[in-house]
Amino acid sequence: MDLFGSFALLLAFVCALYAIGAGIVAIRTRNPLLIKSARQSGLAVCGLVMAASASLAYLFFTDNFSSAYVAAHSNRDLPPFYKIAAFWSGQEGSLLFWSLLLSVYVFSVLFAYRAKHPELMPYVGVVLAGVQLFFLTLNNFVANPFQILGAASPGGAMQYTRLADGAGLNPLLQYPEMVIHPPNLYSGYTGFTIPFAFALAALLARYPGEKWIHLTRKWTMIAWAFQSAGILLGAHWAYAVLGWGGYWAWDPVENASLMPWLTGTAFLHSVMMQEKRGMMKVWNVWLVFSTFLLCILGTFLTRSGVVSSVHAFAQSSIGPWFVGFIIVVLTVCTWAFLMNRDYLRSNNHLDSMVSRESSFLFNNLILLVACVAVLSGTLFPVLSEWIEGTKISVGPPFFNRVNIPIGLFLLFLTGVGPLLAWRKTSLESLKRNFGGPLVCALAAGLLAFPLGLRDFYPLVCLILCVFVTVTILLEFFRGARVIRARTGSDILSAAGQLTLRNTRRYGGYVVHFGMVLIFIGLMGAAFNRDKQMEMALGSALDIGPYRLILQSFDTRPEKNYTAERAILEVMEDNRQIMMLFPERRFFQANQESGTMVAIHSTLKQDLYVVYAGRTQDKQTPVIHAYLNPLVKWIWLGGAIVVLGTILALLPSRQAVLALRPAARVVPAAVTPQTVMTGVSNYEGHD
Amino acid sequence: MKTKAKFTVGVAIIVVSLVALAVLGARDSKTYYHTIAELPTLQGTALHQRIRVGGTVQSGSIERAQGRIDFTLLGEGKSLKVSYVGTDPLPDTFKDDSQALVEGHTTPNGRFVAEKVQAKCASKYEATPGQSAPKGSDYSNKKS
Repeated sequence: MDLFGSFALLLAFVCALYAIGAGIVAIRTRNPLLIKSARQSGLAVCGLVMAASASLAYLFFTDNFSSAYVAAHSNRDLPPFYKIAAFWSGQEGSLLFWSLLLSVYVFSVLFAYRAKHPELMPYVGVVLAGVQLFFLTLNNFVANPFQILGAASPGGAMQYTRLADGAGLNPLLQYPEMVIHPPNLYSGYTGFTIPFAFALAALLARYPGEKWIHLTRKWTMIAWAFQSAGILLGAHWAYAVLGWGGYWAWDPVENASLMPWLTGTAFLHSVMMQEKRGMMKVWNVWLVFSTFLLCILGTFLTRSGVVSSVHAFAQSSIGPWFVGFIIVVLTVCTWAFLMNRDYLRSNNHLDSMVSRESSFLFNNLILLVACVAVLSGTLFPVLSEWIEGTKISVGPPFFNRVNIPIGLFLLFLTGVGPLLAWRKTSLESLKRNFGGPLVCALAAGLLAFPLGLRDFYPLVCLILCVFVTVTILLEFFRGARVIRARTGSDILSAAGQLTLRNTRRYGGYVVHFGMVLIFIGLMGAAFNRDKQMEMALGSALDIGPYRLILQSFDTRPEKNYTAERAILEVMEDNRQIMMLFPERRFFQANQESGTMVAIHSTLKQDLYVVYAGRTQDKQTPVIHAYLNPLVKWIWLGGAIVVLGTILALLPSRQAVLALRPAARVVPAAVTPQTVMTGVSNYEGHD
Repeated sequence: MKTKAKFTVGVAIIVVSLVALAVLGARDSKTYYHTIAELPTLQGTALHQRIRVGGTVQSGSIERAQGRIDFTLLGEGKSLKVSYVGTDPLPDTFKDDSQALVEGHTTPNGRFVAEKVQAKCASKYEATPGQSAPKGSDYSNKKS
């Protein structure tokens, strides 16, 4: 199977190469047959990479320890479920996984638009094949997952060596999230290749209008949803597995996933400026270029060991390839931009400070500043070594100082932006739209202050969260009231209908609401508490409303590991509410240990208990307990963000209006924005 | 053009205040990288900076005492005695012969007081696993 996989990869490489070559010739000669052949070659890459991936999976599931990659990342007793995670647990496999997901995206795009946009698609095909070629080069020649373990026999010929068992999977990765988090994050990373390819192709082809934006909206949103889910799943994994009580540490790997998300978010918003007002064309093109480059940079950062975190130890030969690729992409993008920049001239200018346009501009500015801050903080050791000659790193205080106010300002814009009119907003409509929410928000702040919420940032965060929530609810309510007046249905089903009629707009609100929940959860971190204690049998640890009593501790052998666990009774107000079993697992295959945190999660707070080991002298268990308020809201908000994105991807049901001709829109009851979006309701699918 | 001017002022205010915050934040959390061999040569203000040092944990040197954990880091033929005084439990990957990064301050008697320890198991897993997989090795760091 390793040979089969190797050949499939090699053939995929050849096909990608052909897709580029034939594609370029086809663009020059406009030969329809050649265009078709280049496209089909691009489609074939997908099948071949799939075949290669299937054969690597086969090697894992058949415990083929003559394969170097399998031997290094799996062992016989590893549960099948985690053999899936083992696929992408190492460099070679994760790069193959990159190629696999990318090829699925490329296949979908090439296939979906096979008979459309004949002016644009050949260019798109070439750009996509170019990106694929880079990763296939790595798969084939730099980090091949199909290397076999061999040794020279006495006769000089190479022979297979088959190990009795593999080295096993890193214990930290033996957790359910590691099976779903990487595919999500990778789908995000790879997915941004599609809007990138369309933007570059449109620029190269001087494709008229905003067509590429309509075409890529869906794809960008899919990538964005995956990226969001991937980041949050990763945070949840860090929270549940690493046992330090937090979910985000501003580690370079985390930052690497956040940066393209920030620019991607900026892009999703600023394209609306181009769609509706023909503005910010240059900006959009560069935003999508940067997003793609940040995806590649993220992969590079975590691979090359250029940034000192724990990576300082891990040097790998793959770094220069990524630097080279980034330089090539940057050069091509700059060249394409310089050659065709007249094509990106803006149609309109900013009319007023208080307008939808300016709220988008600020949104973009602030997201970009956040991205630059995260980037410079991540690269600080590299930059300072260049400039000052000494390596200096910055820690979480740096990132928090900058990003907390940015986050709050964004939250403010989330509430304000969607309700501002295009071009210019009148004072009258400001009062009408924001009077209620503002009163509610300030009331909430006044209520929370005496209850003990005195810190500046959490207080501001609460006020803004209430403000945004009320504006969103009012939007739904206003729209639903109009529908109810027409159809007589109750307000909730009217709100449902409303959403389905303009999924893009109301799906967007749902996403915003999800973000509000995430902010509430993040705010909880300001009130985290923790306590560590050596616990004798029967002793108690008090934290917040909870009392933990150590009942016993034991050692329990499992198939793949031995678990040492503490058995803790949890009391709240002198009532027993549950038992918690924090563990330390010791994995025989690789002689490593891992922590299994026990979490009692409620909407109000998480009780997070770590079994930190035993003291050396007396062998008493050490328990570290954390009380983290509101963490659950983050995961809840994440789910709603993804749900909202899916909603916004659904086509709007405009037909309902046609079915009820009597139900004409009553202009007086509709806010100016509704008219605006109603008029220019691009759905971006065609 | 008046709008444009207003907008420029708005942008400038935002950018300047954020840069100021960034500078303050950087000053608070700047950590200087040094090697074990460099530490004894540090002088003046450099002695009071937050410092990060990497090395291999000497086999058998880990001693748990009340309120702190002592161990010795080896690197470039030199050794460094470290006392970890942080509250977080040490990472699972921290053990004999693992590679560790410690963050903290030097003391006049030469002992390094660390508030933060990151560790990576020496060789089991080749370099950096995947983008997300690397979390396996990378994330074994602890919050300070």
